[in-house]
Amino acid sequence: MTGAQQPSNAPAASGRGARAAASDFAGRHRSMTIIVGLAVIASILPLIVTLPPFSSFSPQVIWIDGFTNAGVFVLLAMGLNIVVGMSGLLDLGYAAFFAIGAYTMAYAGSPFGADFPGNVFWPMLLIGAAVAMVFGILLGAPTLRLRGDYLAIVTLGFGEIVPLVILNSSKFTDGPNGIGGIAAPEILDFVFPTVGNPWPFYVTMVALIAIAMILIYRLQDSRLGRAWSSIREDELAAAANGVNTVTTKLLAFALGASVAGVAGVFQSAKLTLVSPNLFRFDVSFTVLAMVVLGGMGNIWGVAVGAFVIFLIQNVFLKQLNIFFDAVQMPFFKDVDFLQYQFLLYGIALVAMMLLRPEGLFPSRRRRRELHTSEDAEFGEHGDPLGASPE
Amino acid sequence: MSAPAASSSEPNAPILRARAITKRFGGLVAVRDVDLEVPRGGIVSIIGPNGAGKTTFFNVVAGIIDPTAGVVEIEGRELIARPRRTWLEAFLWVTPAVMVAVIALLLGVQGSGESGILLAGVIVVASLVTTLLLAIVRPAWYQRGIARLGILRSARPNDVVQAGIGRTFQNIRLFQNMTASENVLVGMHLRLKSNMGDHLVSSRRQRREEEGAARRATELLELVGLPGREDELAKNLPYGDQRRLELARALANDPILLLLDEPTAGMNPNETAQMTALIGRLRRDLSLSILLIEHDMRVVMGISDRILVMDHGERISEGTPEEVRRDPRVIEAYLGTSA
Repeated sequence: MTGAQQPSNAPAASGRGARAAASDFAGRHRSMTIIVGLAVIASILPLIVTLPPFSSFSPQVIWIDGFTNAGVFVLLAMGLNIVVGMSGLLDLGYAAFFAIGAYTMAYAGSPFGADFPGNVFWPMLLIGAAVAMVFGILLGAPTLRLRGDYLAIVTLGFGEIVPLVILNSSKFTDGPNGIGGIAAPEILDFVFPTVGNPWPFYVTMVALIAIAMILIYRLQDSRLGRAWSSIREDELAAAANGVNTVTTKLLAFALGASVAGVAGVFQSAKLTLVSPNLFRFDVSFTVLAMVVLGGMGNIWGVAVGAFVIFLIQNVFLKQLNIFFDAVQMPFFKDVDFLQYQFLLYGIALVAMMLLRPEGLFPSRRRRRELHTSEDAEFGEHGDPLGASPE
Repeated sequence: MSAPAASSSEPNAPILRARAITKRFGGLVAVRDVDLEVPRGGIVSIIGPNGAGKTTFFNVVAGIIDPTAGVVEIEGRELIARPRRTWLEAFLWVTPAVMVAVIALLLGVQGSGESGILLAGVIVVASLVTTLLLAIVRPAWYQRGIARLGILRSARPNDVVQAGIGRTFQNIRLFQNMTASENVLVGMHLRLKSNMGDHLVSSRRQRREEEGAARRATELLELVGLPGREDELAKNLPYGDQRRLELARALANDPILLLLDEPTAGMNPNETAQMTALIGRLRRDLSLSILLIEHDMRVVMGISDRILVMDHGERISEGTPEEVRRDPRVIEAYLGTSA
């Protein structure tokens, strides 16, 4: 809609006109743009890391492996973005769905569980998504009447319950030992190597992200996406305009959870091992921080934010350690920066809220929301029914 | 969808009939025994001093709060009532699970070993979850089914919208950070039929539907007097235009009855006159019935067919504007008794 009006002012500034034309094109051929964009990024990244200074950090294969792990978090952040960014439902227990996806794969593909013969990974991507979706609905159902802080507390509880149940029901999950020996994916007769050659997992990850991104964009642009943002804006008004808030919120939970389920299946096939401490609260928190820092509601922004944060956490901090060790700088060489990642998150979040509350790559809507003067009144629509008895 | 079917069965029923609506908030009786009828194509106003229970009554009719007693019928179809026998529904939820468990025990599951018991347990839990989800999502057939058992659950706001009622709010509740046309498109939510499959494949059907909806949104914005403002953010519109936009959003669902809660609150005399003219035009052009709450006596007396006067939650008078104007009880409520 916005694109249609751009050409009129295009001659005025040809640079802006070209950009408008590009964004117009991207709007009309979104799926194509996503595929091409991700393909370009995915092929440039491996090249960049062969150049200094990145090449001095670690060899290319390690980088690619790191990118693949980052991809898991990109998926998680995109999924959580449906719940938090698009529908405005604060979910602090998102890691639970990640865990459920991962354990679903572990049951299907390991000797500890059912150990189905053959190539279970590909069908399990769908089944893991479906199982996580069911649990998303189960969590969503009792929380439907809650908003804001209360919802956050209940989801926080759910996020704690799932790893604890996994930890303590040793008979079914082997408790803290986790489940090992999970079958790696195969295509035809080619089994994905879990060490040495990171490329198959990398390519699979990029494909998964592309698919998830296309589907999430389509949801956002649909009637359902509009209903989600109307619930985020004003739930009572949404209901009074015919949006079934119950099913719409359930769908947000379910679809958000299914993305985490896919990420979980991938993660467990890649590590060939799952254990309960992979899915503790810090995962939920990290993903939420990624969504907030990346720019709530903006799908690309959240994806890039997740990627950058993961790299900072897992590469940059490690390199700081190595660097200060190498130059033998007093004091700093004794600091283990990896220990301080949550401190850094905290600082980053505080700084972000003060300087750029809409995130690094805000959605158009968020920016409007947070950068206008007269919105003191908005956000105050707090009365639970909107039905103030006069 | 079901509203036209009901209307054909009872063609002369008023659009809205509220019978003996009572709403208690703890000890406070906000609305007591209020009856109201809105005839087809009529404009009925509710007036009364502050705290008279007008908005509470409105919220009951819009399905936002459940009445303590009384029934609201829309086109002769009972839509809102005090929830009845909801305890029975709780039994209904566990029935399938219990039945499965009993059947499993009869089949001798206890002798079938660990996996058999596990399987039976999974089926029991699954059936419990399915019924609970049904109860939450409440599809139409589920509602009809439990109604046959005498279980009555009050309609949700979206059911009321589905039945053909659109509403605006006293304190404007637009989707502030969405554009004017997006606001109207949300109002069209129930008229759009694309489903999850359409969303995911971005089907041609959905695209056609969305294009049509965008055109209709433009028309509606023109109708209420906001031409060319489609892409403006709701919160950036001036106050009077926000009221108009809310009206456009309420009209987007093609309602048969509009509930307007103080449509001219906070407007200057000029804007008020325009809004009054607009409401009159809507009734004429779209053959709408309108129920409105209003404080501005000029508006009320000018456009209403009938007026209901409330005070302290009770109906103190009802009639044509002329009758109400002369009713001593109304004068008393507004001006107090002479000493």
